[in-house]
Amino acid sequence: MAETEIKPLTLNFGPQHPAAHGVLRLVLDMDGEIIERADPHIGLLHRGTEKLIEYKTYLQAVPYFDRLDYVAPMNQEHAFALAVEKLLGITAPPRAQYIRVLYSEIGRLLNHLLNIAAFALDVGAITPIFWAFEEREKLMEFYERASGARMHAAYFRPGGVHQDLPAGLIEDIGRFCETFPRHIEHLETLLTDNRIFRQRTVDIGIISVEDAMDWGFTGPMLRGSGVAWDLRKAQPYECYEDLEFDIPVGKNGDCFDRYLVRIEEMRQSIHIMQQCLQQMPEGPVVVQDQKLTPPRRAEMKTSMEALIHHFKLYTEGYHVPVGETYTAVEAPKGEFGVYLVADGTNRPYRCKIRAPGFAHLSAMDFMCRGHMLADSVAVLGSMDIVFGEVDR
Amino acid sequence: MNQALHDFGDYVAAALPRHVLSTEVVNDELVVHAGREGLLRVLTYLRDDQNSQFKQLMDVTAVDHPDREQRFDIVYNLLSPRQNQRIRVKLATDESTPVPTATGVFSSANWYEREVWDLFGVVFSEHPDLRRILTDYGFEGHPLRKDFPLTGYVEVRYDEDQKRVVYEPVKLQQEFRTFDFMSPWEGMLQPRSEEAATDSEATPAAAPSGDKS
Repeated sequence: MAETEIKPLTLNFGPQHPAAHGVLRLVLDMDGEIIERADPHIGLLHRGTEKLIEYKTYLQAVPYFDRLDYVAPMNQEHAFALAVEKLLGITAPPRAQYIRVLYSEIGRLLNHLLNIAAFALDVGAITPIFWAFEEREKLMEFYERASGARMHAAYFRPGGVHQDLPAGLIEDIGRFCETFPRHIEHLETLLTDNRIFRQRTVDIGIISVEDAMDWGFTGPMLRGSGVAWDLRKAQPYECYEDLEFDIPVGKNGDCFDRYLVRIEEMRQSIHIMQQCLQQMPEGPVVVQDQKLTPPRRAEMKTSMEALIHHFKLYTEGYHVPVGETYTAVEAPKGEFGVYLVADGTNRPYRCKIRAPGFAHLSAMDFMCRGHMLADSVAVLGSMDIVFGEVDR
Repeated sequence: MNQALHDFGDYVAAALPRHVLSTEVVNDELVVHAGREGLLRVLTYLRDDQNSQFKQLMDVTAVDHPDREQRFDIVYNLLSPRQNQRIRVKLATDESTPVPTATGVFSSANWYEREVWDLFGVVFSEHPDLRRILTDYGFEGHPLRKDFPLTGYVEVRYDEDQKRVVYEPVKLQQEFRTFDFMSPWEGMLQPRSEEAATDSEATPAAAPSGDKS
């Protein structure tokens, strides 16, 4: 039989594909069903956040962070709030710190619930997404009760949080924390020992520790490979130092381990939330400095000073002294960093957003080579990609 | 903490005297200024040296200072999980001179450098795949430069007659406005440290007058 040259097939995956997690366009060079090269085309959701922030005051920049990783909005604000606080040389009062940690962990739950469920959906299980969304809805209700918005909260502001928690919310979150572990178990009965799920994820997309480091992986992607690296422990911010929790790590660095890490992180988050609820101190929730944080509305009715402060803060805004900082938090997806350059005016000179998903997706080619087409979906699902933060 | 950072900065500067231009500690963060020729040496040293082990390149970005001759600062943020430390390597460059790519040292530099090229127009020499990454196919200009307007130059819409998306020059319904609230008065303008001293005296005096009105 005569030899024939087969031209490698180029396959366009996305941007309109339910497993593309938004707007990923993946150009795949295929050899039969084996991926020879994966070329992710990103930027279809690019909104120029960094450019826009340069034209806004520091306070006006906060809501842009909700719109990055819209699955866990407050964790993004957290990085920005901490960066601005670092440049201003202030720290949030204790109660604000506990509220922030509480809501960061709620954000982690929101993110992991969506990721695990969407990941399961990608590899063939449809039930988890319904169950997970029911729980997410409850968590978003907590968001709403604290900030007034289900998703785009703008709640963590430089100096503290916008408002104190309303009455009864702490008790309700406490009740949620008691019932939620049962839901994690339910989710696990569907997936952990599920034969199809295991066949699709075990030994798929293995990444070694060295490679994970080289590609700048953080969060569950790095921990899945067995590195116990968590910024909440290693470089504690807020009150994480006083809280007790474990860092789950994987063994093999495959998609299944990353799933297990996320499941265990949810349990740890519940544990952290319960400690926050118990230890929540009383006191102010923002820095009591009228040059930085607005006065309460009641105060403005009688005090001229308060009125002037309010007007100045919402028009001119506060000025941040000259300086620069790279501040990072452990967002659910990994290290979310803000590189902020201030020039002494009321607007950031440069605000670079370091999104964990960007680094993860850049390794897509590396991780997919030699895998089957269907495995690329599993790898993508386990990476936990949200395009709001990748494209910015 | 701070002293340890200073010491480590001196250590790096001593190890690579020709390549490290200077070191400084800003806001409890160590910054190393490197020269263009020595950049890869510095990054490789930081990655491999036993006392640093900055195995992770977290971020590469640029800052545009149009008034300077070397208008761009290329900023590399590195993390050492082993030493639990961060370091920032900075390199000043202009629009035309290429910067050596760090892709050979850290794989993650690949996309970060593509992004810097896309948004700032800094060329990286010997980069394996220097294409645009975030902006549209066929985009012109480098949007994060300070001289690039916020509104951009083109806008898109779907054209019913041609049955496709068309590009047109930006037409604004109203003039683009920048609100300059910068006050010429002191107060908000003062850095915190000085303000704290004056503020504590000023507030009690001001509060009664507020009550009166």
